[in-house]
Amino acid sequence: MARPEPVDLAEVGLRRAHGRIIRVAGPLVVAVGIPEAKMYDVVRVGPDRLLGEIIELRRDQVSIQVYEETGDLGPGDLVEPTGAPLSVELGPGLLGSIYDGVQRPLPVLAELSGDFITRGVDAPGLSAERRWSVAPVVSTGDTVGPGDIIGLVQETPLIEHKIMVPQGIFGRVAEIRGGERTVDEQIALIGTEHGVQEVTLRQMWPVRRPRPVAGKTSPTVPLITGQRVVDTFFPLAKGGTATVPGPFGSGKTVLQHALAKWADAQIIIFIGCGERGNEMTDVLTEFPRLIDPHSGRPLMERTVLIANTSNMPVAAREASIYTGITIAEYYRDMGYDVALQADSTSRWAEALREISGRLEEMPGEEGYPAYLSSRLAAFYERAGNVRAEGSPERRGSITVIGSVSPPGGDLSEPVVQATLRVVKVFWGLEDKLAYERHFPAINWLISYSLYADRLSEWWGAEVDPAFPKARREAMAVMQVESELKEIVRLVGADSLSLGERLILETAKMIREDFLQQNAFDEKDTFTSIARQFHMLDLIMSWHRLALKAAEAGEPLERVLAAPVREAISKTKFLTDDELSRFAEIKEELSSTYE
Amino acid sequence: MNRDYLTIRDVVGPLVYVERITDVKYGELVDLQFPDGRVSRGQVLDISEEVAVVQSFESTQGIDTNQTKVRFIGHGLELGVSGDMLGRVFDGLGKPKDGGPRILPKKRLDVNGSPINPVERAYPDDFIETGISAIDGMNPLVRGQKLPIFSGAGLPHAKLSAQIARQGKVLSGEGEFAVVFGAFGITFEEADFFIKEFRRTAAIKRSVLFINLADDPPVERLATPRVALTAAEYLAFELGMHVLVIMTDMTYYCEALREVSSARREVPGRRGYPGYLYTDLASIYERAGRIKGRPGSITQLPVLTMTDDDKTHPIPDLTGYITEGQIILSRDLHRRDIYPPIDVMPSLSRLKEKGIGAEKTREDHSGLSNQLFSAYARGKEARELAVILGEQALSETDQIYLRFATDYEERFVNQGEDERRTIGETLDLGWSLLAELPREELKRVKPEHIDKFLGNRVA
Ligand SMILES: Nc1ncnc2c1ncn2[C@@H]1O[C@H](COP(=O)(O)OP(=O)(O)O)[C@@H](O)[C@H]1O
Ligand SMILES: [Mg+2]
Repeated sequence: MARPEPVDLAEVGLRRAHGRIIRVAGPLVVAVGIPEAKMYDVVRVGPDRLLGEIIELRRDQVSIQVYEETGDLGPGDLVEPTGAPLSVELGPGLLGSIYDGVQRPLPVLAELSGDFITRGVDAPGLSAERRWSVAPVVSTGDTVGPGDIIGLVQETPLIEHKIMVPQGIFGRVAEIRGGERTVDEQIALIGTEHGVQEVTLRQMWPVRRPRPVAGKTSPTVPLITGQRVVDTFFPLAKGGTATVPGPFGSGKTVLQHALAKWADAQIIIFIGCGERGNEMTDVLTEFPRLIDPHSGRPLMERTVLIANTSNMPVAAREASIYTGITIAEYYRDMGYDVALQADSTSRWAEALREISGRLEEMPGEEGYPAYLSSRLAAFYERAGNVRAEGSPERRGSITVIGSVSPPGGDLSEPVVQATLRVVKVFWGLEDKLAYERHFPAINWLISYSLYADRLSEWWGAEVDPAFPKARREAMAVMQVESELKEIVRLVGADSLSLGERLILETAKMIREDFLQQNAFDEKDTFTSIARQFHMLDLIMSWHRLALKAAEAGEPLERVLAAPVREAISKTKFLTDDELSRFAEIKEELSSTYE
Repeated sequence: MNRDYLTIRDVVGPLVYVERITDVKYGELVDLQFPDGRVSRGQVLDISEEVAVVQSFESTQGIDTNQTKVRFIGHGLELGVSGDMLGRVFDGLGKPKDGGPRILPKKRLDVNGSPINPVERAYPDDFIETGISAIDGMNPLVRGQKLPIFSGAGLPHAKLSAQIARQGKVLSGEGEFAVVFGAFGITFEEADFFIKEFRRTAAIKRSVLFINLADDPPVERLATPRVALTAAEYLAFELGMHVLVIMTDMTYYCEALREVSSARREVPGRRGYPGYLYTDLASIYERAGRIKGRPGSITQLPVLTMTDDDKTHPIPDLTGYITEGQIILSRDLHRRDIYPPIDVMPSLSRLKEKGIGAEKTREDHSGLSNQLFSAYARGKEARELAVILGEQALSETDQIYLRFATDYEERFVNQGEDERRTIGETLDLGWSLLAELPREELKRVKPEHIDKFLGNRVA
């Protein structure tokens, strides 16, 4: 990350004063003697020059959250201001990287300090040595402004990196250079009102400030995830927001991983925020091997991982989601569809609470600071469908999916509630379903997607005109099932009518043959939207035909025993090359029951 | 660089406030020398120019503000480690407790350790055969996993963890084993059970024990798991051993944390536990694992007793959010005399998928366990219905499932305290139970596995 180094002020005859620590309490350090301190500026703390950020100013006292362990710091130790806010480095080389919460590349840290992360090690977010092949797209004399694309770099076989003019630079291209460049070499010189400005591949952006856009539009296109319960029942739109709350073991992480693997976004930013180390290892070992079904390339080529696991410093965990979303915005501005996953936002909120507690702020609900909900809202607001600044015109999007880990699975707790106020899709995971090994354990009765209506137009046009109807019917069956189950619990199954009994059977098929999806089965893990439609269509067709047959006097046992049901239950394991199989089964359906 | 002060200002519970100090560091170790000659270790929790807040590991009883001397030691809490620790018993801070000689340390390590860099972790995938069907068959343990036992007062978690320590072995067989046993706040009797158990099986020779008993200073418990894990890390990552760490009882650890937090008048989170309980527990549990290129591993088996058998209580809840699954004991099964009384449904092993299968255990393992889960779930549902409506009101299929659930508990889950079933025996037992069900109900197992393993078996 932006480890802005202190400018050598001696050269210009100035001296930036070093501050002095007066208190250390966990990740919080209080210092005095930094008159020029600004909120969210980065400072260097103590003899190891640990990275810290100013989070409160009170008279001459400056409160600093430190991104590393503070053991061994004490009053009197020095604090160096850098005069710059916490920023990320943007440029080619982000894709395929794995960073901690403040953009330190973990593989480089391992080279420097071994298997364990020790204090005070530091490395730039982008490699200073690596060369990139730059292809200019503007010429000397062209007029350019912020966001304009001036050159291209093939960052990975999949992603063309667009070099954009940084904010605040308007003028004429005085010089532009292609060829093999490191991130620090000059790519262009731009003559502006305030003199000539240099552009390099490495650009900085303060993480807490959203990158500007030309305009925002409402999401209208689905983010296809290959997860049946998501795409068909509770769909997410590109540029939309979703949350997945659930108790431990209910499947948040597996679902987030499945989305990171299979969603049809061009760029994935995955933030392991305060969660398990082994889960990041899992991603790191799997992603380079897995092939993106949409592009045919290894998944890692479109992915940036941010791993600030639960045992890594808590303040860096707080920063991690901002580091992630800033990188997401950067690729969005190039015109890409980005999906960002934060697993789990509760750990971010807890980091916020811990720091707030140390600042002795007035606690709100459950000890969280009063600004929890405004911070959360501001974070999710960085999602969206945008028209990027600059030319040529480009549209990009950021879809944000945040896990929430409510204490005891209690959805009335502050983080869930604050999140539900801002997001549009809610996938509510339930432990009871998880215990039965019904995965994804998304409770279909409480979950919702506010995009479903808007997206139905897209389905009608792109998938099948019958899709919206099949979906509505299936959801109605699931609703009725829960009411019927209640009746069975009270008075037994004998009281049910023929039609009602059949609904229970259909609901069981929807649950077992459609909603349940094994993330660890090679074929089942991803279902194209076309197959999703056919699967559901078969089940609903079965329902209609079976009902007709039963009403015509066919004994229910015989209706249920038909082998065609077995064929339907195996459609999970079909591939897109075997779509013709659906027509065959449908044929078999008609011949069985008519 | 020792510095002595006689400037204690206040004593609040386990906290000692020392003023007019210079050059004290956060986390620094302290010796408190009481007027009666007693010495207690402590640690700096908060340091400002005016005052250092020191948490005393031992009771502050007898401390005064005039004569008690405070000595700042110049570094944090450390443990001197060496291979000679094996076979020895220490107190909660790592001092010998067995009357044996002091350890001549090869190294002194900061007990807080450092986080393993996630890119240097090796994903745990070596199946440990514990010989216990409810674990091996359903929620298997793998090397490098952290898998807690959620228990309750009066349930046989001690027996179970001792059985796992005694029977656990890796099928591929290579590597040297060690057990690190950390006890915090448990009774003498329970600790004695483990010590005798380790002696009986001669496991003591490859064990290191750190014992803080119920009548030992509660605040010392904050250090004990870290001391134990520091020893484990040395054995695993420097000496290349496969270390099983049993930590019991995490509930007492958390209570000690709460005590210190409330003495500091921190804003309490749920049930009075501090807001940073999650982060604090993570700094313990995340020390399990394997590291690329190093032969050893740390497998953690923390034990916690749930208040009121409630797993939504903050201690089991936050533990479950950090660990790689949980083994939950059920009072109901225990009452019915089923040992081990493992409630397999809410139990979970998150590392199962990569630890089982053709090369690791057997090709039918995953499908079979899924089938057993879903059949058992269905059987339990039928049992609930039967309670309301009577068994006769159940459909024929539901009655079959009901019988299955009971057989599953009595034959599969239930086993002897010294019974060691191989994974093959466990899986075969599972198939013989599935033989009770109609074939068309077996949707989660592959047809070829049905042919191969179920064959013509009859219930
Ligand atoms: N779609 C799925 N298919 C198969 N198993 C799943 C699925 N989702 C969750 N699981 C199982 O549930 C366990 C817990 O899931 P996880 O995502 O880690 O839960 P959480 O993040 O909510 O604590 C996993 O280890 C896996 O065994
Ligand atoms: Mg998770």
